[in-house]
Amino acid sequence: MLELVFLFVIVVAGTGGELCVSRAMKAIGEVQDFRPAALVRFVFRAMRVGWMWIGISMMTLAFFSLLAMLSIENVSFVVPVTALSYAAGTVGAMLFLHERISKQRWLGVFIVCVGVTLVWLSRR
Amino acid sequence: MKDSPGLHLKTYIFILFMVLFAPLGNVLLSKGMKGIGSAKNWTPGEIFHIFVSIVESGYIWLGIACLLTFFAAYMLVLTWADYSYVQPASSFSYAVVALLGYFLLGEAVPPLRWMGIFVICVGVFIVGHTHPRTTEKA
Repeated sequence: MLELVFLFVIVVAGTGGELCVSRAMKAIGEVQDFRPAALVRFVFRAMRVGWMWIGISMMTLAFFSLLAMLSIENVSFVVPVTALSYAAGTVGAMLFLHERISKQRWLGVFIVCVGVTLVWLSRR
Repeated sequence: MKDSPGLHLKTYIFILFMVLFAPLGNVLLSKGMKGIGSAKNWTPGEIFHIFVSIVESGYIWLGIACLLTFFAAYMLVLTWADYSYVQPASSFSYAVVALLGYFLLGEAVPPLRWMGIFVICVGVFIVGHTHPRTTEKA
């Protein structure tokens, strides 16, 4: 049961964090100057965007949940089941970014879910 | 992606870095966490004690360093290679993490798990092979 809670946090907080960071990066705009000073200025600009902090907080939560799950289960089990993030990312993009997802991508997500189910069933 | 032998070689090397360093990072995190152990009652004191052990664990820092190396390689390769080319290649990470878990940590990986990992790799390959712009705005 605890594993399910951690997996839920890893998938939801991890994907949510990536969506927030993605939104923050879009708000900042495309990087065109790759000189070190310009990159440092870019990082400082990114740190002033609220979505970036929300994203980083969620990804930190996901990271510590991953550590907690790794303390309970084998890595050959934990990492493959986190592939469920592909499904969460696709559903999140559809619901929150209002994107239309191609049939091929839905097929891929479905196959990932089948694979995750098989890995989950392989638990001792 | 511009087509040249040098660029292809550079791309393959960076993808190899990605496929090795992400699973290696996770295996090191696993090794570190197995050493620290799991919380039994999840009391605040116990969680704090585990947090201190995590910060003091060399394996955890090595794992984080590997994951940062993966992230740097991923970001760099995306500056010249297409996402739809790079992302499917990362699906091999799921197989590599199981192999490393089996060989380095001595984990038992039952056949059903290998099958599941293979199916996940196929699924991720298909997801990644759809170009990001195939997700049109509604």
